[in-house]
Parts: sequence; C-alpha cells; structure tokens
Amino acid sequence: MVNKTAAGIVAGGAVAAIAAVVIRRTAGGGQGSPGHGARWRVVTINLEAADVLPGGILPPPLAELEELIEVRTSPAPGGRGTELAARALPLPDASGDDLPGLIRRALRESKQLLETGELPTNEPQPEGHRPKTPAGLLVDAVTRRSPEEGVL
Amino acid sequence: MKALCWTGINKLTVENVDEPTILNPSDAIVKVTLSASCGSDLHLLGGYVPGMRAGDILGHEFMGEIVAVGSGVQQRQVGDRVVVCSFLSCGSCWYCLNDLTSLCDNTNPHPGLGEGLFGASTGGCFGYSQITGGFAGSHAEYIRVPHIDTGAFLIPDGVTDEQAVFASDAVPTGWMGADLGGVKPGDVVAVWGAGGVGQMAARAAMLLGAEKVIVIDRLPERLEQVRTVIGAETLDYSDGHVMAELRERTGGRGPDVAIEAVGMEAHSERPDYLYDKVKTALKLETDRPTAVREAIMAARKGGSVFVLGVFGGFVDKFPLGAVMNKGLTLRSGQQHGHRYIPMLLERIAAGEIETGHLATHVMPLAEAPRGYEMFKTKEDGCVRAVFRP
Ligand SMILES: NC(=O)c1ccc[n+]([C@@H]2O[C@H](COP(=O)([O-])OP(=O)(O)OC[C@H]3O[C@@H](n4cnc5c(N)ncnc54)[C@H](O)[C@@H]3O)[C@@H](O)[C@H]2O)c1
Ligand SMILES: [Zn+2]
Ligand SMILES: [Zn+2]
Repeated sequence: MVNKTAAGIVAGGAVAAIAAVVIRRTAGGGQGSPGHGARWRVVTINLEAADVLPGGILPPPLAELEELIEVRTSPAPGGRGTELAARALPLPDASGDDLPGLIRRALRESKQLLETGELPTNEPQPEGHRPKTPAGLLVDAVTRRSPEEGVL
Repeated sequence: MKALCWTGINKLTVENVDEPTILNPSDAIVKVTLSASCGSDLHLLGGYVPGMRAGDILGHEFMGEIVAVGSGVQQRQVGDRVVVCSFLSCGSCWYCLNDLTSLCDNTNPHPGLGEGLFGASTGGCFGYSQITGGFAGSHAEYIRVPHIDTGAFLIPDGVTDEQAVFASDAVPTGWMGADLGGVKPGDVVAVWGAGGVGQMAARAAMLLGAEKVIVIDRLPERLEQVRTVIGAETLDYSDGHVMAELRERTGGRGPDVAIEAVGMEAHSERPDYLYDKVKTALKLETDRPTAVREAIMAARKGGSVFVLGVFGGFVDKFPLGAVMNKGLTLRSGQQHGHRYIPMLLERIAAGEIETGHLATHVMPLAEAPRGYEMFKTKEDGCVRAVFRP
C-alpha cells in the first residue's frame, strides 16, 4: 500500500516512499486534526528531574515556546531518568505555525542539549552536485522538516 | 578535496567537494587512510534504501589519522591513528549506556524519517542515506567525525591499515550476530553469506565456542576464503539442497543459531526468488528476504535467528508460522560496534581474527566507481574494494 502511494508521486519508488510514509504517519498529529494537536508529546531524558528543569526553568528550546505550551515531568520507570512532556495550550489564536511540529523539535533539542551538550548537525558539510530534480527536491524538503516530524 | 558521490541509481562519480570543518565541540576531522566498500553500500547504490540524495558522499568503513579536534574532545588528539565505528554514538543516552549504540537517541539530525518508516529512528551513520542522518561518508580525503571520543579507537601497533579498517564495520557486525544470536560453547552455527560480514560472523561463532560452523554461499573464491582463512565448513547453495544438506550435517536437528548476512538483495535458485523479483520490480514489496526465510526454516526447534543483513521496508511470505511453532528467537540490528571494537582490535593484533584477506582490491579513490562495479558483480573475486584517498 505504502509503495503504491509512492509510485503515484514520483517514478523511482524508494525516494518517494519515504516522503509518503513520513507525511502520512505524521498527518494525524498535525494541527488540522481535532484532538491530536493537544496531545502530550514526551521524550525521556537520562537525567534527574532537577537537572532537566533546574529551579523549574525550561531548557532553552522549550523556553522559546513558553507562552504557547504547558510542560510536565515525571520519573521514568527503571531508572531511565525523567520523562519531559509538553503540549499546546488551548489558546484560540495558536494557529499559523505548526505548533505540534515546533514542540517535537523543541523537545528533541532539549534532550540533545541536556544529554550531550550539543545538537546533531551536518550543515554545512561537503557534498557533491545536488541537481534540482523533483525526487531530489522532495528528499530535501522531507529532510529539512524531519526534526518537526515523526511519531513523537 | 576528492570524494565519491552517489549521483543516482547505480551511478557514482568522483567529484571535487569542500573540505569538512568542525561544527560541534565533540567533533574531529580525520584524514582518511583507507575506506572500504560494504554490502550495505550496494543496497544504497541500487536505490533500495530510501532517502538517498544525489551528491551524497558514500563510505562508512574507514580508518585514518586525526588532524583536528573540537573544543570538547578529551580522549583523542591530533596525530592519533584510529579506526572509526560506522555508526555514531553520543555516549550518554540510555541506548549508548546500555550497549545498544546504533540506536543512539542523539546522533541523527533527521529523526522524523526513521520514525515515519520504522516507528523510531536509528542513530547516525556515515555515508548512509538521509535516514541515518545524511552524514558525509568516508570515501573522501577528509571526514568530520562527531563524538570522536566515543567513536574512534586507537589502532594497536602491529595491526596494519588493511587489517584495522574492517574493525570499523564488518568485524563488529559479524561479532554482534554471533554474540547477540546467543552462540554458546558446543553450538552448531550456520551463516548465510560469505561476504566480509558473514565471514566475520563465522569467525566470531568459532571464538565463542561453536563446535561446528557452516557458511553458505555460491561464490567459489569466497567459500575458499571461509575454508582456508576462517577455518569454517562451507555449503554451496547453487545445487539447491541447502535444507537437506544442513539437516544431514547437524544430526537432523538444524543449526542452534542461524545468522543471516545477505540482506535485501538476496539471490536464489528457489521459486520464491522469482516471486520477490517480480514483486519488488512492481514496487509491491521493497526487499527480497530469501535467505531470511531459509534461515528461519533451517533453524532447530528453540534455536535463534539473527538477521545481520540490511532490510529497509516490507517483505512478503514471511514464515511467521515457523518462528512461532518452532519457538524461535529472532533478533536483528544495525551494529553496536562501540561495545566490541577495543576487544576486536586486540584479537586482530593477537592473530585470532584474520581480516586483511577481505581487502582483495585496494585502489586509489579516483578508481572507486570501477571498484564498486567489481564489488557489485563480484568480478575477479572481489570481496571488498578498498580505497586510498
Ligand atoms: N547489521 C549491520 O550493522 C550491518 C553492517 C554491515 C553490513 N550489513 C549487511 O550485511 C549484509 C552482508 O554484507 P557484506 O558486506 O558481507 O555483503 P556482500 O555483498 O559482500 O556479501 C553478501 C553475500 O551473500 C551471498 N548471497 C546472496 N544470496 C544468498 C543466499 N540466498 N544464500 C546465501 N548467500 C547468499 C552473496 O553471494 C554474497 O557473497 C548486507 O545486507 C549488508 O547490508 C549489516
Ligand atoms: Zn557496512
Ligand atoms: Zn547515544
């Protein structure tokens, strides 16, 4: 089923399959689907709660969304650290940006910074010629959006 | 600098690209001495793995010398001669601390891709599509290595470059298959595939105490290496009697541990091969699991199957009934090299694991497109083409 969808987008299969799957899987968590936008999104951070929210202060990537979200923490089972959760506040005017996407990115980046002190990146890095073919541009677009996508 | 780029399905070009720079405190720049081709690259080259972008630099199995380090690097220094694990490990997430380093939470800048396809993302890997983070690969003069402290290992004196390079990927992958496949003293182990990965899995099984190890392939020069260098038995699948032959050689039981080291482009003389060929051509199936099916059917009751071969999506005619009714344990994974590489380098230094014979074709990076052609078609007995930038 997945690949039938993909074949309809761009001939060549694999590249398109990824886009189709990513977009479809995440559509349910997007802004437009009632009920899902307000879901708690959670990451587990391998640190004590006191180190995740020292003095109750949000880590910088989440602090940027402070006005739009609520945040909670709880201990993760089995000594796995702290579960850090965030969800959109039910504000009338929170449209425009893809808030669930921004929350996903902020949660991931908070975890990365807290656990490793840096954000994984590869920009800029060496690369060969990147022709602007439809399949290539599709991979670029999906890749660019990927920190805001996924099942988180 | 020069680098080998993927430019489209079955198309590779050596291009002039920018040199890498340090982007994060944990980074280092490594001047690549040797960089090897791996069976996984063939899946990328053929367009079987989603998320390849024209211009991506290939290569993930490599060794070289550290020439620059970031401000946060503590264990490694400029001048170190190192082999680098193909997967990236942050060293501090739950997965890294529990020896499941290829599942690292913090090294993949594109987590949404893996989550969409698999329900969760793997860690980063060099030169291995946007799904594992889109990191520039090692078929280049220089490569940026994030988390150098956890990912780079000092090569003992006396271990040659040609021996050390395979400690990056093929050796730990094979070791993981035998170790996490649960090989114990006295076991009988069958390994599908006599490439670098299958050969290393066979050697690992022997070192973990297996009494009999049988490697299955059809390429005579590889089977010859298995007999003479690895010291395991061989079985040529081209006569079509793998199941009967395995029964005969395992006292009618089947292997205790069945290790699959073939992957999604398996070849076979069996009718299901044609079925998979047609279905993958029509894009109704993404991968061909011929050897996985056979490993599951061959394994003894209550035995285990470890899938080392790479798969990217969905397969048909999966013998779940055999897994269930025979009480099998099925495991798999991208390699968790960090837990094994120091021990493996010691074993290579001690002569317990032979690796240099895998480098059948060492050539300048400029000839890499030709090297991949030889590796893909297994021409001239090519087991791994290795490039010297
Ligand atoms: N899990 C990991 O982290 C990891 C790491 C490295 C490689 N891999 C994967 O391991 C697999 C093997 O890698 P390699 O570098 O040895 O590849 P390779 O291409 O050199 O070897 C594959 C071998 O399988 C044989 N083969 C094909 N169909 C077969 C069948 N039906 N039965 C038995 N043998 C068959 C081929 O003749 C070939 O010798 C690939 O899928 C690769 O992607 C996985
Ligand atoms: Zn590999
Ligand atoms: Zn990690």
